[in-house]
Amino acid sequence: MTSDGPCWEPSCDIKALNVRARMLRITRRFFEERDVLEVQMPVLSRHAVTDPAIECIRTRDGRFLQPSPEYHMKRLLAAGAPSIFSIGPVFRADEAGRWHNTEFTMLEWYRIGFGADDLMRELAALIDALIGPSDYERRTFAGLIALDINHATTDELDLAIADAVARLRDKRVFVTGYPARQAALARISKGVADRFELVINGIEVANGYHELTDVEELARRLTADNLARCERDRPVRDIDRAFLAAHARGLPDCAGVAVGFDRLVALKVGARAVADVMPFPDDRA
Amino acid sequence: MATYATNEFRAGLKVLLEADPCSIIENEFVKPGKGQAFNRVKFRNLKTGRVWERTFKSGETIEAADVMEAEMEYLYSDGQFWHFMKTDGSYEQVEAGDAAVAEARDWLKEQDTFTVTLWNGDPISVTPPNFVDLEVAETDPGLRGDTAQGATKPATLSTGATVKVPLFVNIGDVLRIDTRTGEYVSRVKS
Repeated sequence: MTSDGPCWEPSCDIKALNVRARMLRITRRFFEERDVLEVQMPVLSRHAVTDPAIECIRTRDGRFLQPSPEYHMKRLLAAGAPSIFSIGPVFRADEAGRWHNTEFTMLEWYRIGFGADDLMRELAALIDALIGPSDYERRTFAGLIALDINHATTDELDLAIADAVARLRDKRVFVTGYPARQAALARISKGVADRFELVINGIEVANGYHELTDVEELARRLTADNLARCERDRPVRDIDRAFLAAHARGLPDCAGVAVGFDRLVALKVGARAVADVMPFPDDRA
Repeated sequence: MATYATNEFRAGLKVLLEADPCSIIENEFVKPGKGQAFNRVKFRNLKTGRVWERTFKSGETIEAADVMEAEMEYLYSDGQFWHFMKTDGSYEQVEAGDAAVAEARDWLKEQDTFTVTLWNGDPISVTPPNFVDLEVAETDPGLRGDTAQGATKPATLSTGATVKVPLFVNIGDVLRIDTRTGEYVSRVKS
């Protein structure tokens, strides 16, 4: 008999859980061999990110579930930590779909002294270890879309790149050279953001930056984020003073990348959705 | 006029797109990590059957289409229209044109029940049941001695449709046909 109540069973099979556990072990071994320290960052914080495309979930006491460990990890780096990695749950409101779940697992790491190229090489080595080796192509943002990246609107660019990325099936592609206005927290060099994304079989798997270290530029970007939030009728977010103070003290020259771990597990087992590799996705948790 | 926002999109929803009634086949939420959210939606145009894809900004709305399906009995054709009657006891009748009947024409037998899709009350498509039983109107005589496996011959059914049938089939036999493939399934005892 079926009932109308919520389904109690997990949505993925035990095989997927085994694959996930093995991939976690490989990841930890990978970083141990490279002397990258594992750190556990808070899930709950006084601050939300200003990023206009990311909405944090607010708790009853006015704090926020973190959409990435970035702010705290950079504060650690500014305080003299060595290269670090974190793997754990993050939360993003209003993101639900085949490749999205409100709560998901993010692997994020920062390498002191690395540029974007170094980090892309290391990311490729980890991906090879996790889901099997393959070739990696390099494509520029401007080369993927038919629009002029300096004149199209942000909406037009978002839509064009989302469609272009979805067409990169059956391959692994590093997309580089993001428009300066989509730099987020990456440096800008030669007019484009020193930022990359890794797309595997049309799915965005990772997003990396040669990190911005200039505190004044950072303050301008966070303020511009809030302006963009106003234009989109989204709540303005208080700027995290501790995050700024860490940059004033000095973030070392570094590159960092965030990987959607559930998507990687899905790619490994050939699943059609992240829900197929999570025991309790949004509709069952 | 009722509308649906992207977060209400789901398979089976009937909407109006470029003035035509469409059914949503698939709705995918797409969001670059640092970009805005979209819904990539696959539709079937209910008038033409054509499938196409459109991308919407999350939060956009589209108009709902007044589309419903009704079980209806096929009555007769007057040469221009095919007449159907509701089986819900209302005896309400509609007339469907060429475009609505389309491929279902091959399987229209009087008094059989079909699924008729109505848009603003007008029929836009007719879907036959998966299996129909139809009488053979014309075929070469059955060859009793020929038992070759898989050998077939053409037969014309009472509706005018031509299907491939085994050699033992005779005029007057009633055959079960799979309307999805147009293939012979079995002979029906009558």
